[in-house]
Amino acid sequence: MADSGLKASRLISELELQGVTHVVTLPDSETSGMYKAIQASESISLIPVSREGEAIPIAAGLWTTGKNGVVIIQNSGLYESGDALRGLAIGVALPIVMFIGYRGYSRHGDTPDSSARLLEPYLHLFRVPYYVLETGQDIDRIALAFDEARRTHMPVAVLVGTEYEDEEIDAT
Amino acid sequence: MMTYKDAVEVIQRERGDAVAVVTMTQTKYWNRTSAHPELDIGISNGMSKASSVGLGIAIGAPERNVYVLDGDGSLLMNLGSLVTVATQAPANFFHFLFQNNVYAVTGGQPVPGVGKADFQKLAEGSGYRHTRSYDDIESFATDFPELSKLEGPVMIVLAVETEIQQGGVEQTWESNARMPAALRSVRKSLDSTYIPE
Repeated sequence: MADSGLKASRLISELELQGVTHVVTLPDSETSGMYKAIQASESISLIPVSREGEAIPIAAGLWTTGKNGVVIIQNSGLYESGDALRGLAIGVALPIVMFIGYRGYSRHGDTPDSSARLLEPYLHLFRVPYYVLETGQDIDRIALAFDEARRTHMPVAVLVGTEYEDEEIDAT
Repeated sequence: MMTYKDAVEVIQRERGDAVAVVTMTQTKYWNRTSAHPELDIGISNGMSKASSVGLGIAIGAPERNVYVLDGDGSLLMNLGSLVTVATQAPANFFHFLFQNNVYAVTGGQPVPGVGKADFQKLAEGSGYRHTRSYDDIESFATDFPELSKLEGPVMIVLAVETEIQQGGVEQTWESNARMPAALRSVRKSLDSTYIPE
């Protein structure tokens, strides 16, 4: 486990600060620490999906009721979600923040993992702005992402380029 | 077999103030007869996602019934949503599956599983609380007033007569504007704090 200084508990605190009510997710290794932390949260409900393509439409439904859902999936799952991103996020002007596990990320840029190599070009293709989390010092970028989503009424991505540090979290 | 028109009319009679998420051929019949167009969302630009959008609404507004009018070809593209819905188990979720066995919008090609796949059993095996199948309008019309009082998630499979379309669906600026407007119309009804952007 890399010593990233990125703690899931800090991220959850930020989500709570942003008024997030639900997390729609399919777990991945980059965000598994976050999964435990959400289970422990009293104000945020977890909605696990069977396939990533369900996540954005569920979040769109939640938004329709006034709830504030975020999506947490891996980059490979974002590719599977392409039509939902097109039709039910961009197509309906949904101000949603998506946390994308950046599988294969290397700050050196050279990676054999096509899931990493294609992520940023893919987001450019869809014209989705994004912020990258590499360390705990980047946590303030989450607020920037929420601000941008609200201001533009469009989806914004937060790319999680590292695994969260292990923490003792009581998820019972 | 029953017609889309007849099936939709039976559902409308019990609808009350339910939010309706509608897709494919049934949409035109629903729109013609809806008493609450402000509570209708036509999934016109995201095939297969009606069940998922409906689930989000059902979770976010548990006091309000949600009627999802789905198609068999659409649900096959999002079959895992049955398990996702059953896991959340929203008591206010009613899933109507219009089964015509074809992709009607693209000219009538058969969907996979005709004569083999059983959608009622798929929903039952996924964990829906109640499931039913109907192939005649009389039985459905007789039973539905009681079915509509059941605790969801409920799956009702309706065998409908195929209506093949030719020429596909034309996406226009106007048609693309309907779905975002519908989501905002429903939000206006469900969220008193909402200020349209």
